Amino acid sequence: MVEPQKFFDEMHGFGDGVRAPYEVYSKLLAEMDETRLKGKAAQAEAFFRRTGITFNVYGEAEAEERLIPFDLLPRIISAREWRTLTRGIEQRIKALNAFLHDIYHRQEILRAGRIPEHLVTQNAAFLPQMVGVNPPGGIYTHIVGTDLVRTGPDEFYVLEDNARTPSGVSYMLENRETMLKMFPELFSNVGVESISDYPSLLRRALAASPPLACMGKPTIAVLTPGIHNSAYYEHAFLADQMGVELVEGRDLKVVDGRIAMRTTCGYHPIDILYRRVDDEFLDPLNFNPDSLLGVPGIFDIYRAGGITLANAPGTGISDDKALYSYMPDIIEFYTGQKPLLKNVETWRCSEPQSLSYVLDNLADLVVKEVHGSGGYGMLVGPAASRDEIETFRTKLKTNPSNYIAQPTLSLSTVPIFTDSGLAPRHVDLRPFVLVSPQSIDVVPGGLTRVAMKEGSLVVNSSQGGGTKDTWVLSDD
Amino acid sequence: MTKMLGRTASGLFWMMRYLERFENTARLIDAGFRMSLTRARTARSEWESVLTTAGMREQYLERHGAFSTRDVVEFMIADRGNPGSLFNSIASVRENARMTRTALTRDLWEAINEASLQFKRDFETGSHRSDLPELLAHVRQQAALVRGTVYGSMLRNEIFRFVKLGSLIERADNTARILDTKYYVLLPSSASVGSSLDTVQWEMILRSASAERSFHWLYGGEIDPAAIVDFLIHDVRLPRSIAYCYDEIIVMLTALETEYGQRTKAHDLAASHEAHITNSTSDAIIGSGLHEFLIDFIARNAALSAQIEADYRFSQ
Repeated sequence: MVEPQKFFDEMHGFGDGVRAPYEVYSKLLAEMDETRLKGKAAQAEAFFRRTGITFNVYGEAEAEERLIPFDLLPRIISAREWRTLTRGIEQRIKALNAFLHDIYHRQEILRAGRIPEHLVTQNAAFLPQMVGVNPPGGIYTHIVGTDLVRTGPDEFYVLEDNARTPSGVSYMLENRETMLKMFPELFSNVGVESISDYPSLLRRALAASPPLACMGKPTIAVLTPGIHNSAYYEHAFLADQMGVELVEGRDLKVVDGRIAMRTTCGYHPIDILYRRVDDEFLDPLNFNPDSLLGVPGIFDIYRAGGITLANAPGTGISDDKALYSYMPDIIEFYTGQKPLLKNVETWRCSEPQSLSYVLDNLADLVVKEVHGSGGYGMLVGPAASRDEIETFRTKLKTNPSNYIAQPTLSLSTVPIFTDSGLAPRHVDLRPFVLVSPQSIDVVPGGLTRVAMKEGSLVVNSSQGGGTKDTWVLSDD
Repeated sequence: MTKMLGRTASGLFWMMRYLERFENTARLIDAGFRMSLTRARTARSEWESVLTTAGMREQYLERHGAFSTRDVVEFMIADRGNPGSLFNSIASVRENARMTRTALTRDLWEAINEASLQFKRDFETGSHRSDLPELLAHVRQQAALVRGTVYGSMLRNEIFRFVKLGSLIERADNTARILDTKYYVLLPSSASVGSSLDTVQWEMILRSASAERSFHWLYGGEIDPAAIVDFLIHDVRLPRSIAYCYDEIIVMLTALETEYGQRTKAHDLAASHEAHITNSTSDAIIGSGLHEFLIDFIARNAALSAQIEADYRFSQ
């Protein structure tokens, strides 16, 4: 059994009374009737089902659409805490973009010996095709979703940078919509920063980096792998909210040196493509030849300045888990400053000393695949059975450079509403960031993922995690 | 203003074709079920004709030997191996709706999603075995709700045109098939001269086209084959008649011509089919072969569907 008090709870601290950001909310909550809350929970679920806010689970026999459990209790962040986070995230994203530009141009960080060269040039996420390419607006990562975890009042760690195609922003927006519908009175009593302009900010951020070939007002589209993709709902939601077309690879082809979409009246060129298709599948002529999701020749058009791809191809290298451990060096190298947000201590299993430490301490560590995501293929030592640990030990020994290991963090908890009252559950936080040549905007809120099972540290929706609305308070 | 994606037009068109099929199949099952209750003796051949109308006879025979009420109902409602089953039709409606979600109003999407959830609920509780009329009534209600949100919430633009085209093409096809399956009932044969028309049989035709009340309203007790043929083929007051569907198809294609600034081959084709329908009188049709007329019409209708798909670039 896990002792709840040993974790930092965002509402109750270490068991020493209600924390300041929750003061007003907790009074209002105390006045609410439990039966009414139960009714609201059912209402929220019906709303999600009716609206079809679902995700698809890979590897299930029938591609069932599932609801992500939604919890009614908000996760609340004070204005002061948010300012600290914002500064740290901005610093990190500036460094990431400078790093990406550097490794695809002069590679000064490699020459300076701050990162082992092979980690970059031999990395599967490094795209040699991007060398010398200048993305429109100089932006590599237009959209970022930084994964943060908290372990104490002032202890925030960056877990992952998610610079490829971060998902979840539709849940951030729909969760807020749901809360506004369920508890309008809360929002008139607690000053909460609004997030509803995210789609228009996204549209503006994308439009701020048009390609050379763009004449006049840019045509924007969202590229989805299709209705069977796990995040399809989000792709449709964002296209809808921005008022742009949602396209698939089969709608597009190269026409007169541009990428054009097939409309009922012929082909129409696209200037900016918010693509939710991974690099590998983007262009069968330049990358994976078996891909049916992409557009043959799109990469050549991109290089010639015919289209903006957001995010740029090749950004995946910056959220590579093996490079992650070098983030403090990367930040210092490009900004000349110490990192404002902490990195989680990381053992690179490619290094023999680290490997032997990791093998000796498997039961206490979290081991991740270097290129894995979504909670697939990872080992959470303290929660794993002896068999699982031994299986992982074999995998590690066979291919050590495929893994990194981190200590099991004492993730903060936030109460959730259960049948037997409030109970603390572990959470993480993914704020969403929009980058344009003019600005870096961290939208005041984010996706709080919550492990619905008692004691569990895995918050991924594919592994049964749920979500909460995330409030950033307007005043200190 | 950029025009919508060809794939979106396709999704809207097929979404409504499947919705229409969903509803019409339910109507056919309902008509067949009534027959099986009222005339137990001929129930088997009635079910066979219901399956023929729905275009499922061959597939049914691959799985079943006899035409029992239980097997036919199960096959038409629940069989996942039957592409035209209610189960598969509503799944296709929803899949196309998901694909074109950005083109749908929130009301329309929610109505479609709810139709699919309602069917799933009925299906999972086994209503198709325990309470068939209830399940079929739900299908009709849900289809009516979807249609209502189409009329009540959608902009009258290109999106609306493709939605309407899909439903009209499918409906014209279904009405022709209903008539074709029972065409022998309507033929003047030596045996039936002087004898009254088999009222249960023609009730079934009208019921399948949701036209029995309207027919009684217009014709009172007078029933003759030419009247029924005329009603279902030519009467533009009946929203399931072939002439009504083609009138409306022309309205939609004309609107698209204005919106897109170009006339399509599909438009010309629809106009020629419409003329063909209006110019053939019911007596002439019955005289020279109702079956031949209907088979020819079903082929023309399919050709128009294909021409619409090509002209508006549904696929590459």
